[in-house]
Amino acid sequence: MKHAIIPSATTGVSGEHRGAVRVELPVTGMTCASCTATIEKALASLEGIREANINFASQKAFVSYDPGLIGMGQIIKVIKDSGYDVGSEKVTLKIRGMTCASCVSKVEDALKGSPGVIRAEVNLGSESATVEFLPSMTTIESLKKVIGSSGYRAETEPSPAREEDAKEKEYKALLRRFTVAALISLPVIVVSYPTFFPVLKDLDMDTLRLLWMGASLLTVPALVYSGSSFFKGAVAAFRHRAADMNTLIALGTGMAWLFSTVVVLFPELFPENAREPYFDVVSVVIALVVLGQALELRAKGRTSEAIKKLMGLQAKTARVIREGAEIDIPIEEVLVGDTVVVRPGEKIPVDGVLVEGRSSVDESMLTGEPLPAEKQEGDEVIGGTINKTGAFRFRATKVGKDTALAQIIRMVQEAQGSKAPIQKLADTVSGYFVPAVMVIAVSSFVLWYDLGPEPRIILALLGAVTTLIVACPCALGLATPTSLMIGVGKAAENGILIRNGEAIQVASALDTVVLDKTGTITVGKPALTDVIVAPEGDEKEIVRFAAALEKNSEHPLAEAILQGAGTREITPPDPDDFNAIPGYGVEGVVDGKRISLGNRKLMERIGADLDIFEKDSHMLADEGKTPIFVAVDGRAAGVIAVSDPLKDDSIEAIQGLKGLGVDVVMITGDNRRTAEAIAKRVGIGRVLAEVLPEDKAREVRKLQLEGRKVAFVGDGINDAPALARADVGMAIGTGTDVAIEASDITLIKGSLLGIKAAISISKATMKNVRENLFGAFFYNTALVPVAAGILYPIWGITMNPILAGAAMAMSSVTVVSNANRLRFLKLR
Amino acid sequence: MDKVIVTAAGILTIAWIIWFFLFSRKKQVRAAVSSGIQEVFIKVKGGYDPDVIVAKAGQPLRLIFTREEEASCTEMVVFGAFNKSAKLPPYEEVVVELLPEKPGEYDFSCQMGMIRGKLIVEE
Repeated sequence: MKHAIIPSATTGVSGEHRGAVRVELPVTGMTCASCTATIEKALASLEGIREANINFASQKAFVSYDPGLIGMGQIIKVIKDSGYDVGSEKVTLKIRGMTCASCVSKVEDALKGSPGVIRAEVNLGSESATVEFLPSMTTIESLKKVIGSSGYRAETEPSPAREEDAKEKEYKALLRRFTVAALISLPVIVVSYPTFFPVLKDLDMDTLRLLWMGASLLTVPALVYSGSSFFKGAVAAFRHRAADMNTLIALGTGMAWLFSTVVVLFPELFPENAREPYFDVVSVVIALVVLGQALELRAKGRTSEAIKKLMGLQAKTARVIREGAEIDIPIEEVLVGDTVVVRPGEKIPVDGVLVEGRSSVDESMLTGEPLPAEKQEGDEVIGGTINKTGAFRFRATKVGKDTALAQIIRMVQEAQGSKAPIQKLADTVSGYFVPAVMVIAVSSFVLWYDLGPEPRIILALLGAVTTLIVACPCALGLATPTSLMIGVGKAAENGILIRNGEAIQVASALDTVVLDKTGTITVGKPALTDVIVAPEGDEKEIVRFAAALEKNSEHPLAEAILQGAGTREITPPDPDDFNAIPGYGVEGVVDGKRISLGNRKLMERIGADLDIFEKDSHMLADEGKTPIFVAVDGRAAGVIAVSDPLKDDSIEAIQGLKGLGVDVVMITGDNRRTAEAIAKRVGIGRVLAEVLPEDKAREVRKLQLEGRKVAFVGDGINDAPALARADVGMAIGTGTDVAIEASDITLIKGSLLGIKAAISISKATMKNVRENLFGAFFYNTALVPVAAGILYPIWGITMNPILAGAAMAMSSVTVVSNANRLRFLKLR
Repeated sequence: MDKVIVTAAGILTIAWIIWFFLFSRKKQVRAAVSSGIQEVFIKVKGGYDPDVIVAKAGQPLRLIFTREEEASCTEMVVFGAFNKSAKLPPYEEVVVELLPEKPGEYDFSCQMGMIRGKLIVEE
């Protein structure tokens, strides 16, 4: 395919082309058929438009125009100016190979000249192109080809695989640097300890000096190649008036090399017994620290395994229906409203609603739920899950960054990058750590020099160098983030989304969990079970009255009553004068009678005598059913019982929580007897019943005032204030709605078992963080003074600088490895 | 005599270390405002350049990071107080958007807290 560069048109048709061009544009924002006329009129008034037809049903504009007189940009502008929009998409592509400003216009022209492109802007600085295009006319793939044919390379956002490659490259580079330093170390060690090697033992001082000069030169590549990152890093940090691990290693090895070289070149400057060089320290320490970095990188790579797994769930292509035909397109090009075809065994590419067919879908990768979910028309399907048995079609409702999977990945990434309050101390310390170590090293030098035994200069130098090398700020810095990364990732694998490090820390210390009854402990789909009427009353009539009032209600119990009416073949009439009283019930006029439907409080409010229903309503409540009273013209006429079945795993989950030593409290707006009956069945001791929805947050506050650390578990929509009030708000997610704002933790699976898992993971993560922090603090506070020589006056012990290098290299590897243990946490 | 020199030099070095790393003034830049959004370009190389950013409260702040190195230390920037973090792939512009509401001083750092910058939010 040849792409001519045509600066005048945006549709790929040259300005010299004298025929009419016909394009099809998707138009969005049309709400009524009359909108079409508005756009048609606006378009027809333009010079160069031969014909403009807008089809309301297909939401498309068919425009014939003369490209010599008018450009696509103007046509789109007119549509936008009349208050509508064209269904264009924007994409940013990375462009490689642009070297000069003229490249910019080359790429821009190529893009603008290709069909379907509305606008293209190329930025040389960020090496990117922002392209607005019509997905119905072109694809991202063909945009890339257009850029390719103009001589450059286009890429979409960097994929995780590329990041992986970069890590692998870094690892290999570290290994190469290690190998070089290690190979250099061998001969350097030999000449550094001549007395241990038979041939060297007998050499005279002059020959040895020559060998040492060789060692001095030989260690240069260890410094400038293997140790290059330390020196570069130290210089960069120094420019920012900061110091880090690089500073310490660079100073330590640099000082050792400089001193040794001076000793070899000008031995007469030093006392007789202080004329030995320490080139071995230089190369061996660099080799060890680089090896440590390589091992650390490997171990750190495993800490992000969970997020890589999540990213790997994303499908690459989707089969959609465009213009009546099934075509495979890259996932980035699926649009909301597309009909997507999924065959058995295939991955569902984006989120949507099933419109045709049925199947069972394996959602375990997102929810942790091992059993496949049955899906039929109207059910939600989630992108990234796997279709098992049947073929079906679904309408895409969320694509790109809006899909549940994309949101999950984003949330996990955000949480992994967040900080836990426990890190504060480590952060404060690490801000002063490196300068403090440098001060200790200088003090050590001075004290050895002033007070130490001969050869003072050597011992002073070794004290300072060893101090610099042994100190490990990295262990301190790595301690919390690595454990958090793994903890958050592990949780995500089990369908638990944790918002940030703080949520983990607080969740690990919870002692009370408040569960909302309806929809949390119970399924949330109540059914009408019993109807009891006054002696002279008629069951059908009572249900009819009740159903009439509930017709307009959004209360969860309303649906149960309406369904109950449906099965009794009752068509409820429309009520007059309808009035809902939150926390009480509803009132209205049906057939000229004033009907009240609600709880005991409502009956008391209107002064209806409940004596005749006292026994029945208590009996119903004791069975865990919710009695609803019906009064006709202010007199009690019947009781309707509605019951909401328990979730299958509620009992197991609540027992599990108790096993963790957590108190479980049930909160509900339901009456006390019903609530207590259900609490008894699931094994909950404390019940907060008859709580008005708006008071849930206050009840949580009351529990907090008892000194409890409280988690509130609810559906995330009606319970937002209570979720926000609680120390940890846990929302039970449903389907693709995963990023529930008010919650700290979202349980995607919708099962209560997730609460226990969330608490267990949090506890394990915090334990791991504490181990790491303790290890890192202990290591540094113990070994830095020893390296400086604090034990010398007492026991005559000093630390070998090479040992210090080994310890330093191992300490951060240990921290990361310990964090990695979390990956094997067993949840059940 | 040599001991006196070494001691004096040591004390001076210590004083210099403390001053240089903890008390010396760092490069400070005020966020430029364009069409209601405050914007700062930050180069990441062994540190944040500029290290200190001054911004106005209540106005969206756009920080554009470019990490000009491959050393993994700086691969992430964390704004603890804003619960925001971003991965910084080498040589790519990464935008972090914040809405600083309360005046005050907020630290930002790499994930390990070794490399730091400061955001000063003024009334």
